[in-house]
Amino acid sequence: MAFVTLVDMTMRDGSHALRHSYDCGQVAAIAEGLDQAGVPIMEISHGDGLGGSSYTYGFSKTSEFDLIRAAASRVKRSKIAALLLPGIGTIEDLKRAKDAGATVARVAAHVTEADVSAQHIAAAKEMGMTAVGFLMMVHMASAETAASEAAKMESYGADYLNMADSAGYLMPEGVAERVKAVRSAVKIPVGWHSHNNLALAMANTLAAVDAGAEYLDATLRGMGAGAGNTQLEVLAGVLKRRGVETGTDFYRLMDLARDVVDPLLQRPQVVDNGSLMLGYAGVYSSFLLHVYNAADKYKLEPRDILVELGRRGMVGGQEDMIIDVAYQLSQAGVS
Amino acid sequence: MSKVKVGIIGPGNIGADLMYKVFRSGNLEMGMMAGIVESEGIKRAASLGVPVSVEGVKSITAQTEIRIAFDATSAAAHVKFNGPALKEAGIVSIDLTPAALGPYCVPCVNLAALRAEPDINMVTCGGQATIPVIHAIERVAGAAYAEIVACISSKSAGPGTRANMDEFTETTAKAIETVGGADRGKAIIVLNPAEPPLMMTNTILVRVKDPSVGLERIRASIDGMVAELKAYVPGYQLRVPPMLDGDKVTTIVQVRGQGDFLPDYSGNLDIINSAAIAAAERIAAGMLGKDGGA
Repeated sequence: MAFVTLVDMTMRDGSHALRHSYDCGQVAAIAEGLDQAGVPIMEISHGDGLGGSSYTYGFSKTSEFDLIRAAASRVKRSKIAALLLPGIGTIEDLKRAKDAGATVARVAAHVTEADVSAQHIAAAKEMGMTAVGFLMMVHMASAETAASEAAKMESYGADYLNMADSAGYLMPEGVAERVKAVRSAVKIPVGWHSHNNLALAMANTLAAVDAGAEYLDATLRGMGAGAGNTQLEVLAGVLKRRGVETGTDFYRLMDLARDVVDPLLQRPQVVDNGSLMLGYAGVYSSFLLHVYNAADKYKLEPRDILVELGRRGMVGGQEDMIIDVAYQLSQAGVS
Repeated sequence: MSKVKVGIIGPGNIGADLMYKVFRSGNLEMGMMAGIVESEGIKRAASLGVPVSVEGVKSITAQTEIRIAFDATSAAAHVKFNGPALKEAGIVSIDLTPAALGPYCVPCVNLAALRAEPDINMVTCGGQATIPVIHAIERVAGAAYAEIVACISSKSAGPGTRANMDEFTETTAKAIETVGGADRGKAIIVLNPAEPPLMMTNTILVRVKDPSVGLERIRASIDGMVAELKAYVPGYQLRVPPMLDGDKVTTIVQVRGQGDFLPDYSGNLDIINSAAIAAAERIAAGMLGKDGGA
């Protein structure tokens, strides 16, 4: 029977949905539940990765290192991962995450900029961590470009290569094409990360599995940036039906989602209009709540801000340009 | 003698752009373009009538007329070879690497205080673009925290920047504190591959200590600083003028390069080079006994 490794990100991508307000008690409870349900890897960081706590991406209520420590104290079998975007977080942050209990480093770069990750992947390996090369916004490059950038990350020492449709823009065929191209370019396993902005997170995840993806990102209740991610407990059930082994306990995951995660949700994790426009226009999912804030402040339609961000080709981490766009649109409206 | 002779170590893109800026300077003239191997940059300088050498820093310390040298190589080379050799020869080092043997220099903020330093460091492009605004805010309202996001087009981020992103974020954050005056600094850098390439933009967010100072005084302080900065970086402009929201001041600036050797979207390279030239010009003015010398 085929086997895929599930990677939970409820306490990383899911952190966007809670505006980075997790506390140690909440994280400890989720981590304990995931560990008991047999989820092999759980990622814990600010939604924008280590060092993301800022004006630009939102301040964390609790230090991510304290959150990692809280999870590590409850986890027996699962590994704890930290996300790191070079340019936002540093090797120093990664060291602190490791000291707190993280053993997997996921080093993320825009799909055309893999070379910024060389130093951080090498540092993770030197520290004895599992290193994951993580290409973001893969819809913005061809399958060929994604493949050559993936090969760079493999050459830096990545243990597996994860691709993220960070804008939730791709259709299943676009996912399959990229997974196949990357698999033929690297020897390491390939992983996939969906966003549900066009309600295709699950379909795209299955397309990735069919194309040979061996690691799948997901979150309980689908909590995440934009319309959220592939829903972990649903994925566990779907893969069971598909005859794909994950080593996880389907019922325990369902119960964990209901008992621990549901009470935390600040807003329904649905495809609202802003999320739909993220997917339609190809905009980084983490922008959503910041766009709502700016639209409110400048009395604009969120859709107009999102379309302009897409037109300008903004990439992950450029949340600061939301204010720029909103300001320029409001000025244009005045004159 | 009406001009001071300068040397440039490192004939790559940065070195070539510096050379064109020296050609336009009233106080500086090219004494040497030094590399360590034959290269396009060496050939280009020679074809423009500049003395060239592939003997590195030695070719500059051997020239008694050269009094200022720009180091556009690497941090390791500046620490091991170029910095100590120039110091021993009594040549002022203007360090464009992240080595930072000497103090950070953002000309419109602290050059006057660095007149006696044998080695000054030009921080980072993002630091040159944002620290003046942070300091302008800090001097009227205080700064408990300052954060910047620098966006650079992928095409103007060279292999040195890409291989060491932490050097950018850590150096810039430190200089936000030591030169900008913020109690705590944070820097973020994003590379954007859009075509046509985007101009360098920088978002500056400051938590002020005394918001009762009001937006007008903060804005006047920033306007004054921007005018000083524009004297050496003509392509510097406010994209989003300062906004005060509680105790948070947000400002967005854009830097269009002068297109001396590099394209105009490379505002990041233009601003650090322009700052280095501005520092050298004022140091040279002091050497020449001209007004405005540092």
